[in-house]
Amino acid sequence: MTQHTVLTQADITRALTRISHEILESNHGPANLVILGIPTRGVILARRIAETIRRIEPGATDVRVGSLDVTLYRDDLAHGRTRTPAQTLVPGRIDGATVVLVDDVLYSGRTIRAALDALGDHGRPRIVRLAVLVDRGHRELPIRADFVGKNLPSSADERINLHLTETDGDEFVAIEGGRAV
Amino acid sequence: MSSNNMRHLLSTKDLSRDAAINLLDVAEDMADVATREVKKLPTLRGKTVVNLFFEDSTRTRISFEAAAKRLSADVINFSAKGSSVSKGESLKDTAQTLAEIGADGVVIRHPASGAPAVLASSGWIDAGIINAGDGTHEHPTQALLDAFTIRRRLHGSASRGKSLDGVTVAIVGDILHSRVARSNLWLLNTLGAEVTFVSPPTLVPADVSGWPAKFGFDLDAAIDAQPEVVMMLRIQAERMSAAFFPSSREYSRAWGLTDARFARLSPASIVMHPGPMNRGLEISSAAADSARSTVREQVANGVSVRMATLYLLLSGDRENA
Amino acid sequence: MSNEPHLSDSGLSSGVPYLIRGATLPDGTRSDVLLTGGRVAELGHGLSHAGATVIDADGLQALPGLVDLHTHLREPGADQSETVLTGSQAAARGGFTSVFAMANTSPTQDTAGVVEQVLALGERAGYVTVQPIGAVTKGLGGTQLAELGAMATSRARVRVFSDDGLCVSDPLLMRRALEYVKAFDGVIAQHSQEPRLTEKAQMNEGALSGELGLIGWPAVAEEAIIARDVLLAEHVGSRLHVCHLSTAGSVDVIRWAKARGINVTAEVTPHHLLLTEDLVVGYDARFKVNPPLRRREDVEALRAALADGTIDIVATDHAPHPIESKDCEWDAAANGMVGLESALSVVQAAVVDTGQLAWADVARVLSATPARIGRISGQGQPIVVGAPAELTLIDPAARRVFGRADLSGLSANSPYLDMALPGRVIATFHRGTATVLDGVLRDATEVARLNGVLHG
Repeated sequence: MTQHTVLTQADITRALTRISHEILESNHGPANLVILGIPTRGVILARRIAETIRRIEPGATDVRVGSLDVTLYRDDLAHGRTRTPAQTLVPGRIDGATVVLVDDVLYSGRTIRAALDALGDHGRPRIVRLAVLVDRGHRELPIRADFVGKNLPSSADERINLHLTETDGDEFVAIEGGRAV
Repeated sequence: MSSNNMRHLLSTKDLSRDAAINLLDVAEDMADVATREVKKLPTLRGKTVVNLFFEDSTRTRISFEAAAKRLSADVINFSAKGSSVSKGESLKDTAQTLAEIGADGVVIRHPASGAPAVLASSGWIDAGIINAGDGTHEHPTQALLDAFTIRRRLHGSASRGKSLDGVTVAIVGDILHSRVARSNLWLLNTLGAEVTFVSPPTLVPADVSGWPAKFGFDLDAAIDAQPEVVMMLRIQAERMSAAFFPSSREYSRAWGLTDARFARLSPASIVMHPGPMNRGLEISSAAADSARSTVREQVANGVSVRMATLYLLLSGDRENA
Repeated sequence: MSNEPHLSDSGLSSGVPYLIRGATLPDGTRSDVLLTGGRVAELGHGLSHAGATVIDADGLQALPGLVDLHTHLREPGADQSETVLTGSQAAARGGFTSVFAMANTSPTQDTAGVVEQVLALGERAGYVTVQPIGAVTKGLGGTQLAELGAMATSRARVRVFSDDGLCVSDPLLMRRALEYVKAFDGVIAQHSQEPRLTEKAQMNEGALSGELGLIGWPAVAEEAIIARDVLLAEHVGSRLHVCHLSTAGSVDVIRWAKARGINVTAEVTPHHLLLTEDLVVGYDARFKVNPPLRRREDVEALRAALADGTIDIVATDHAPHPIESKDCEWDAAANGMVGLESALSVVQAAVVDTGQLAWADVARVLSATPARIGRISGQGQPIVVGAPAELTLIDPAARRVFGRADLSGLSANSPYLDMALPGRVIATFHRGTATVLDGVLRDATEVARLNGVLHG
């Protein structure tokens, strides 16, 4: 099965930089921002976005970053293998904050639904936004991303391979299988 | 990251090291929930957990009940005392009744060793079975909460993924009748700890040559070895009449964690007791109430460990387990 | 009282003669065997007999009809588990022509009336000779001697007395019982279990009992009673039979006693020759039995002792129980296993196929010696011309997965279900009548009718 690269490492860095700018823009600055990544790769992307924001806005040292695991909130726990949860680390109180959820690939929207439920059990943010590196479509719930690195229309029988240096040793986004787009 | 589907939790003996560490790690996630604004998860919504207790144990039952409720499971408490069971209904009939009610998980406490294993292998009920103490056999969730407690004391917030390699644990008291001792033996050994049992010679099983532990009769010698953990077991009053030892006073003098022995322990040591305690018999109040005592943490950790157990047993495809 | 043996050899006629062709006799020679007039009428090659039913026994082993010195038939009192009829059928299916019915019925077989009732039930069933055992103490209470003499002189002619299931633990009572039965050449068959050392005991005491959290049944509780009893038997000059020996230490005590000239015989069950305590691991109560399954080294010692004659006989301790007594948690389960139908296969697996016993030895330990210990006539005799037609034909080359269909008794508490076992009983002849033919049990009314002919 051949795969076809759609984003290189440099493309990914550029996309995350743009998303960081957009987050700052929509939030009118870095105040009260909490960036929460969804494990595993969303957490890495959240950290990178937080670092980028701090670099862009030298005053933004208080941008908080953490992780929000959604395993225990999934709607498919009764099926398949038992899933091992990952750690949730919510940095401080989130009441009244602007929370940006970060995930690698947006697909059915079910993970984000679970994340919104999980978030609600930690507090009541003022605003919740969603940032994803890839939006591949095929939504099953009324959910959309506020910040998107790359829209990647794909068919359901294709695979999106998203590698990040920290987890995979190399970095790219590729599309594999299915009929050629 | 291993995530084997567990079907039942009957003993710690058949728990692999990876599975044990995974369970303790999940328990860490569950413990975090207790610190949140909303201390409840939707995870087991629509699942039914039955607490089937053929022996009175309010502490264990409420711990399981709290665990199941925090995971949003429906909980049915079936106390077999004073029910049809005490009027001669068999374990089989009870199990089949629970199956009809639609129990997804059965937490069973039973005075007969092996009753949970019989329930799990009988075909009477297709539910996840959790052994909450069977006779003098095992009490796996107690051992898991003990291991969790030790790990947290030693590693704090960096506990995830850690084993208990090289940790020295002295377990003192009635080994012969203790299901806590057996479950701890296997689990602590699997996690890499070094277990020493200390007890009167009458309260050691007949042949322990196959047990991965050291055995001794001298508590003072065990204390002098400066174990990192001292776990005192409850001594039952009825053992006295069965000639296991002459008197509670003599027992306390020889095998109790007295103030004097407690004072000789290292300040970094941990004192544990599965409860309920006989203060002044196997443990002095000073030891039980000291900062080194984990007695109260053990109770809180029990809920986290039982949440983890319920989650791992009752989620995922049971037919693929 | 009659001075005639109750199993009169005279005048027995099955009506149908059987000509068994080419069977292998216990001594290894091959022969035709003609059964007629309730006796072995002729041995030799190329026999013929007008009107005889011919059985091709090529490759089959002939044994004298098996005698079980230790069977629980449960009637009267627990006929949901077994009756004299169904137990007799199980026995015939297993190749037995006689069983000794243990005394722990309800009411207890402790009076002439009850033992005669059991005897009569056995006669009516007609599959095997049912020889009642008498209780040693009233109601198995362990405090007062039962009417041993009355049972001995009754129509049941009781010679074996046992409180089996319970030990005659009171040493004075045991001494008196041993002495008293000398009057009629009786024997005390002791269930050797020191009661205080085995309170609430659930399995063999050892490494496994400690791990499983089951209360141990220590070997010393058996060995101490055997040691005491052989010394008592020596002191009063009586005959002692030790039921279901289960430990290597017990073998040593018996060996010592025999070397000393003490008049003791010993028995082992098929299950103690084959199964070990490891089977308890899953808490499956089918493996709960008293005395409990022991260690591998005990099994080896018992096999060796059976081979060298230290242990005299194999007896089944056939103990039927209803489903609910086994389909429960271990502690609540009843002790005991059914064993009549599987006994010969288990003995073959444990000691014949391992080369420790020849078929002639099997004839000794499962027929001749138990008949002699029990002082029963018309049973346990060698296959010679003129001997009673009590005979079993087995196919030692057969292999089968033992199943529920192999059980003919009322209860299914066999530890061997789903286990592959060698050998199979093809035919059993009792008083010249086939009770089992082609591996199939003969119909009860037919057997009873033929029996009626015999007694008519």
